[in-house]
Amino acid sequence: MTIGIKKVARPREMSFPESLYLVEIVKGLGVTMGHMLGNIVRQEGIKTIEYPEVRRRMPPRFRGKHRLMKRENGSPRCVACYCCATACPAKCITIVAGESPDPAVEKYPVRFDIDMLRCVFCGMCVEACPCDAIRMDTGWFTPPDDTREKLIFTIDMLLEK
Amino acid sequence: MSGPLFDLTVAIARIAVFFAFCFGLVVVMTWVERKGAAYIQDRRGPNRADILGVRAWGLFHPLADALKFLFKEDFIPDNAHRLFYQLAPMFSLAPAILGIAIIPFGPDVTVLGRKVALQIADLNVGILYLFAVSGMTVYGVVLAGWASGSKYPLLGGLRSSAQMLSYEVSMGLSLMGIFMVFESVRMSQIVTGQGGLLFGVLPKWGVFVQPLGFILFLVAQYAEANRTPFDLPEGESELVAGYHTEYGSFKFSMFMMAEYLHMVVGAAVVATLFFGGWQFPYLADAGFLFPGGAAVTLPPAAVFLLRIGAFVAKVLFFAWLYVWVRWTIPRFRYDQVMRLGWKVMLPLALLNIFATGLIMLLLKK
Ligand code: SF4
Ligand code: SF4
Repeated sequence: MTIGIKKVARPREMSFPESLYLVEIVKGLGVTMGHMLGNIVRQEGIKTIEYPEVRRRMPPRFRGKHRLMKRENGSPRCVACYCCATACPAKCITIVAGESPDPAVEKYPVRFDIDMLRCVFCGMCVEACPCDAIRMDTGWFTPPDDTREKLIFTIDMLLEK
Repeated sequence: MSGPLFDLTVAIARIAVFFAFCFGLVVVMTWVERKGAAYIQDRRGPNRADILGVRAWGLFHPLADALKFLFKEDFIPDNAHRLFYQLAPMFSLAPAILGIAIIPFGPDVTVLGRKVALQIADLNVGILYLFAVSGMTVYGVVLAGWASGSKYPLLGGLRSSAQMLSYEVSMGLSLMGIFMVFESVRMSQIVTGQGGLLFGVLPKWGVFVQPLGFILFLVAQYAEANRTPFDLPEGESELVAGYHTEYGSFKFSMFMMAEYLHMVVGAAVVATLFFGGWQFPYLADAGFLFPGGAAVTLPPAAVFLLRIGAFVAKVLFFAWLYVWVRWTIPRFRYDQVMRLGWKVMLPLALLNIFATGLIMLLLKK
């Protein structure tokens, strides 16, 4: 046997009735009509996911929308160190730090905005965070919305997820 | 009502009703195309446009599309020839709608003691008029392609002009058999001629006396309307959107409307020439008359409604066939289209004429 030679199946010659196309076209029309009628009768069999009302189950390690973690007492775990904002390649995190009332914590974020339209979902912010304050485990990507402003997520939106 | 006034009213009413029918069908067809395509491909299709929460299976999408087109910027590219660029959509749309003028929508009716034909104009040149106006559609495409001043439209325009001219020939020749059998080019006479029976069982429809002619005509019509499998002028994979690449806003929607009008008018022509127009199988003026000898008498109004219904049903079916074929067959390669046109369709059309003539000669003897 010759090594390295692989026989590839060639398409067979068309028979005469096939080369007339007409019968084959009618058969094809039958196939498409079958699909259509089947889908009209059994609507639930259609594969389309009615996003955003219906969500698809994402794999557990899917990097999705961000959320900010909370401490036991409900205040944000974030210490406003700017590590995530620095690491972010899309420069879409805006943080304004303020002095924390808690003497054990130095700073806390007064503002923490993520521009979801610019975010590339790379997960750098999560890796950069020294205190595991930001996670991307919500299992969903940015939902559609009708204005750009609604897609800049503020600290309140990020905390409640 | 006096004579001229009556004639004028009738003429305007006919035009208004048939126009409304065709444009209404165009709107519905755009929805049918999207929804049908979706269901054929196991998708759901458009279903989001809603009015006060009513979605109606996406039926409002054509409305939303139309509004969107109306409110878009009417843009003219710098390189375009301003006059021809603006004329092209009109050249596309006008011939498409002109075709309905000779379609008989139903049998003659008597209004106020006068006979009124349900046809805008019963021209004695009949179908030749249709060829003349449908030949003009090629101007729209070529003008659009050339006046856009850009490569892809030009190539698309070039292709479609070659394709339409080639198929025009076989389209004309494929109908020759029909004229020979029904001995007329007048649409109303062709329809009345299809009222009889063939061998006492089959309705004497064009498709039964001219099966080859029917297939050839149908194929040629798809090529004329630039529908898949012959939609080379707008081959997305190689030409972006072909001749209407540079068009936006309402000008683009005029091209779209022209395409769908072609489908509607084409469906009406096929129904009229090959499927008996408004003839209902075995339905005579007084009621049903079955081949076995059984007869059912019907009031004239019921007969009339059945006939109009038959015509509308036939048109709807053939309009749907355009969509159905589009989502079934892939596009031909350009050289294949040309080969099919000149080397297959044309000889077959000539053969059909010859065979029809021979059979008619033998039957006359
Ligand atoms: S996922 Fe990447 S782009 Fe998005 S906010 Fe985090 S670091 Fe920035
Ligand atoms: S890296 Fe973590 S702690 Fe630092 S600002 Fe970002 S979220 Fe807050």
